[in-house]
Amino acid sequence: MAIGFKQREFLLAVEGLTVSFDGFKAVNDLSFYVDENEIRVIIGPNGAGKTTVLDLICGKTEATSGSIQFRGKELTKMNENEIVLAGVGRKFQTPSIYDDLTVFENLEISYPRGRTVWGALAFKRDAAVRERVEAVAEMIFLKDRLDTSAELLSHGQKQWLEIGMLLIQDPDLLMLDEPVAGMSVSERVKTAELLHRIIKDRSVLVIEHDMKFVEDIAHKVTVLHQGQILSEGSMEKVKSDPKVIEVYLGH
Amino acid sequence: MIKTPRFLKRGDLMAMVALAVLLVVILPMTLDVFRLNLVAKYLTYAFVAIGLVLCWGMGGILSLGQGVFFGLGGYCMAMFLKLEASSVANTKIQSTPGIPDFMDWNQITQLPLFWQPFHSLTFALIAVVVVPTAFALLVGTAMFKRRVGGVYFAIITQALAAILTILIVGQQGYTGGINGITDLRTLKGWDIRSDHAKLILYFVEVACLFACIVVAILIRNSKLGRILVAMREKEDRVRFSGYNVANFKIFAFCAAAAFASIGGALFTLEVGFMSPSFVGIVPSIEMVIYTAVGGRLSIFGAVYGTLLVNFAKTSLSESFPQLWLFGLGALFIAVVLAFPNGLAGIWRDYVQVHLVRLIFRRRPPPGAVPGWTDDSVADAAAAE
Repeated sequence: MAIGFKQREFLLAVEGLTVSFDGFKAVNDLSFYVDENEIRVIIGPNGAGKTTVLDLICGKTEATSGSIQFRGKELTKMNENEIVLAGVGRKFQTPSIYDDLTVFENLEISYPRGRTVWGALAFKRDAAVRERVEAVAEMIFLKDRLDTSAELLSHGQKQWLEIGMLLIQDPDLLMLDEPVAGMSVSERVKTAELLHRIIKDRSVLVIEHDMKFVEDIAHKVTVLHQGQILSEGSMEKVKSDPKVIEVYLGH
Repeated sequence: MIKTPRFLKRGDLMAMVALAVLLVVILPMTLDVFRLNLVAKYLTYAFVAIGLVLCWGMGGILSLGQGVFFGLGGYCMAMFLKLEASSVANTKIQSTPGIPDFMDWNQITQLPLFWQPFHSLTFALIAVVVVPTAFALLVGTAMFKRRVGGVYFAIITQALAAILTILIVGQQGYTGGINGITDLRTLKGWDIRSDHAKLILYFVEVACLFACIVVAILIRNSKLGRILVAMREKEDRVRFSGYNVANFKIFAFCAAAAFASIGGALFTLEVGFMSPSFVGIVPSIEMVIYTAVGGRLSIFGAVYGTLLVNFAKTSLSESFPQLWLFGLGALFIAVVLAFPNGLAGIWRDYVQVHLVRLIFRRRPPPGAVPGWTDDSVADAAAAE
């Protein structure tokens, strides 16, 4: 299978990552690696530091120590927008969309062109933009709502819209924070179907509580507890780990 | 299915024609020169209000210090006019002829270095826009790069207005102090105090106003305009979509400053003097009130709001001078509580609907109404 001894390159390498808020270590000496095209799910009880890990990767929170390497680039030294340009996309836990803009405009803003002030002034809504927006809108089940103001969408549709905004960015690493939380059963099924389609050709880091959903999509699961890794591996391995059962799954 | 933003939308064009008819035909024909000059004075604030629509209404950046930029623009213009009025022939009774009178009163015997370039009209006209915009760039960079925003930003701009006022008043010999720069007479030999000159200046001002309105509409209709709205809504989402949010805020703040500075320079020309009373906290807040009353999302609303509040101010303070400030405060509270989209909102929700029905003899399909005052995306959505 492998020819030669080329060192294995990870897409994302988190090493010794620590962040402390007034002495409280929300993430404590955390290390994990994500491969190209891998779907990694992070689970863990409330307050385990899951969202903080995503915040650290996308630059929202500054690390106290440790490193985050993405394709050989050190993310801890970069601005949020530079991290996005490097290829990391992030979906927030509560749908984070622009209520006062239409669905089309929401998607258009994420189109990866004209991101500087002058670029945005000169930006033209050409055929390429329109096709891409329409294609993504179809994927996220909102093709006939393009001219609707985003605030009129249902909760589930808002979640899809934000996922769509990330798809337009076409990131190499997609980070999703509880993508099915608060969704109805039918919306959940549709979202799972949507995620299965969009996780091709990219790596995905997902935080999720819905174990059925996790089992369905995860290649590998990382269990966090008090800012540290409790267990890591396939879903079967993690599920049978007594430590995990005690702090998380047992409840 | 998806409408592409055109150069100018139909609604904007109609609003522009309506405003042009009012400013170019109706007002000059019905008002005497004194009243028309009052309108000209009010309109200089409309430049500030348009800037605030971009910066505050769309971008959500509340600046309570627009008087600073209005004043800087006005002072740049006044410095040129003052130097022209202070020719050696005009000032031969002074102990140092050829310098502005207030310098002479303050025992200054030589024109300060920073006044020197204002002998040139070209330099002065460039400085009118460049000095305030550069100052906004400096303040904006210092604040927004450090993520200072919201109330903190508003307080700091307020402090800047106070600081500049104190500086101008304190440095009497260089700035004319509390009286400001007065007794301005000619522009390149052309007497700006005559009725004829005031009429011409009025039309020059209206032309500048329309130029600014077009620029503001272009900004609003570009993707940058939508990013400003998006930033006001969910700043983090914009940031994590790959935009440097600080740069967009700096742009909006600088654009507002540039508009304000043009208004300030025209104020100096129309009114014939410039003083610190147009720089400080109170005028800066009044400018925000004009925008709020007009509708902070509507470029045209801001112009009408400015005109109406100032008309009210003049007529009320003529008859009840003590009551005016209370009236202004009450107006602001009423607008914020009852009509958050100001006059533009009232027009769109109550008047336009009936007008369209009257003209087309039917209920128009939702969303197909040609925006009369403003059909910015933000506005349309806010109506829901």
